Amino acid sequence: MPSVNPSLSVDARTWFNEELESKNFIVPGVAAIVMTVVGTLLTSLTIAREWERGTMEQLISTPVTAMEIIVGKLIPYFALGMFDTAVCATIAVWWFDVPFRGSILTLTVGSGLFLTVILGLGFWISVFTKNQLAASQIGLVAAFLPSMLLSGFTFPIEQMALGVQPVTYIVAARYYIVILKSVFLRGTGLGALAGPSLALIVYAILIVFLAKLSFHKSLE
Amino acid sequence: MIERLRQILIKEFIHLFRDKQARFSLLVPPLLQMLIFGYAATYEVNRISTAVLDLDHSQESRQFLERFTATSRFQVHDVLYSESQIPALIDHRRVVLVLQIHPGFAELLRKGQTAPVQAILDGTDSNTALIAVGYINQIATRYAQDYQLERAGRLTPSLAQFAPRIALEERPWYNANLESRWFFVPGVIGTLLLVTTITLTAFAVVREREIGTLEQLMVTPIRPAELIVGKTLPFLLVGLGTVIIVAVAGTLWFEVPFRGNVLVLLFGTTLFLTSALGIGLLISTLCLTQQQAFSLSFFYAAPAIMLSGFGYPVNSMPHALQLITYLDPLRFYLIVLRGTFLKGVGLEALWPQMLAMTLLGIGTLTLATLRFHKSLD
Repeated sequence: MPSVNPSLSVDARTWFNEELESKNFIVPGVAAIVMTVVGTLLTSLTIAREWERGTMEQLISTPVTAMEIIVGKLIPYFALGMFDTAVCATIAVWWFDVPFRGSILTLTVGSGLFLTVILGLGFWISVFTKNQLAASQIGLVAAFLPSMLLSGFTFPIEQMALGVQPVTYIVAARYYIVILKSVFLRGTGLGALAGPSLALIVYAILIVFLAKLSFHKSLE
Repeated sequence: MIERLRQILIKEFIHLFRDKQARFSLLVPPLLQMLIFGYAATYEVNRISTAVLDLDHSQESRQFLERFTATSRFQVHDVLYSESQIPALIDHRRVVLVLQIHPGFAELLRKGQTAPVQAILDGTDSNTALIAVGYINQIATRYAQDYQLERAGRLTPSLAQFAPRIALEERPWYNANLESRWFFVPGVIGTLLLVTTITLTAFAVVREREIGTLEQLMVTPIRPAELIVGKTLPFLLVGLGTVIIVAVAGTLWFEVPFRGNVLVLLFGTTLFLTSALGIGLLISTLCLTQQQAFSLSFFYAAPAIMLSGFGYPVNSMPHALQLITYLDPLRFYLIVLRGTFLKGVGLEALWPQMLAMTLLGIGTLTLATLRFHKSLD
């Protein structure tokens, strides 16, 4: 007579994050949060300050064109944001032992795209608020909290209520988080990331266009 | 003194509610955030996107896999026919889990041996993966039990009724359905309040300094202490108002229970707001521009949220970090919020938290007042 205890054994094999360590994902994701703060909040405040003090009008009356003002104002923050990403990635890998399986190129391209979106958003906020207090409050609601809670950083998007999931598509950090996960854990290249990269490109074009449009309008 | 205080209060309230933008940003964002984040914040795991690969094609393997289709925990998107299909599915994030049944599954079971089930998981989201493994194990154990029982019934029908069946019944208290929304909604109230109170207070003072009106205020008969009270009291009232609105919205909309005493909640909120105001003021004394004030508020608020126990329990943090959490008023306020909402406990259980927030409030306000005098000189 055979043994009377037929049973099942589950052999679970985890890919990409073999020890299932939550830090492997949380630590690189912090880069997205830091960039949102630098990109949207600090930028919108510096530009809103120029409006508040009336120095924006002075800038505009010089021969500098609107586009030059935008670009000139944003480049230092772009550099700062990229530098912060590099610092975050270095700390993640050297200090927290997070794997880095993708390429630095993918990380740079992805971060550059995300920063463009987030800087554009910051600029846009400052143009329509023209006031530092309002810019900071709108920046918190429109950029920081969504990046933290709706991007997949703290809570997985697939688990959110079905009504909230569509909202996450307008959170730029959502796409950047996918890129970060891929670069650190999956090791997939830009090819597999065509979707999120394309979304960021479209987003960047749209937001820069909108920012420029409302900037021109506010000058009239 | 009362008259001077009254004047400055009137001035601050006018500032707060004067323009449309300010009124809007005081009322709408908290409610909107409450709604969106209330729906987003969950650690429950459902609808795990799954693919199945059945290489055994037996009645047993089909029955076993059907149990995954039957539950809402899993959502079987794809039925595969070859192992080579797995990497692409996981790489492109189409599924989180692939269940694979090897040939010979049914045969091993029929012989009364242990049959393996292979689960391949995308570990990038460690929480989902861990919980998924738990569910798979539950389903597997359950299936094996049922299979044994059925088999015993077939072999020796008379014995089947004596077969032991042990089921562990867990009964969690306070949140009987273990709804994580109940846990997060009170947490969202606390985080919102911390961020808005600190930034608004810090801005209110720094703004006057940046524009140069602070000097004007100082040459009036108003004393610095009166100015501080006048500057902070409106935010205390606004904060209390926000808590009431958001708590009502949370209980009505998300049906989070409110089991405690409203007065205990308001008392705790007042203490929490006092320490948040103290921190905001302290920040304002360190900054010359609103941009600095914002960066510094942020430098405080982001770790304060992380360390408060909102997303990750304080007990599971490294010991050194746990010590830092004692400087975080939000850590104590979250206990008060969850205590009054979910447990219905009163002051007899929450007094240590109340005391801690009182001490933090006194400490930060004293420090802020001292520094405020100095920053005027």
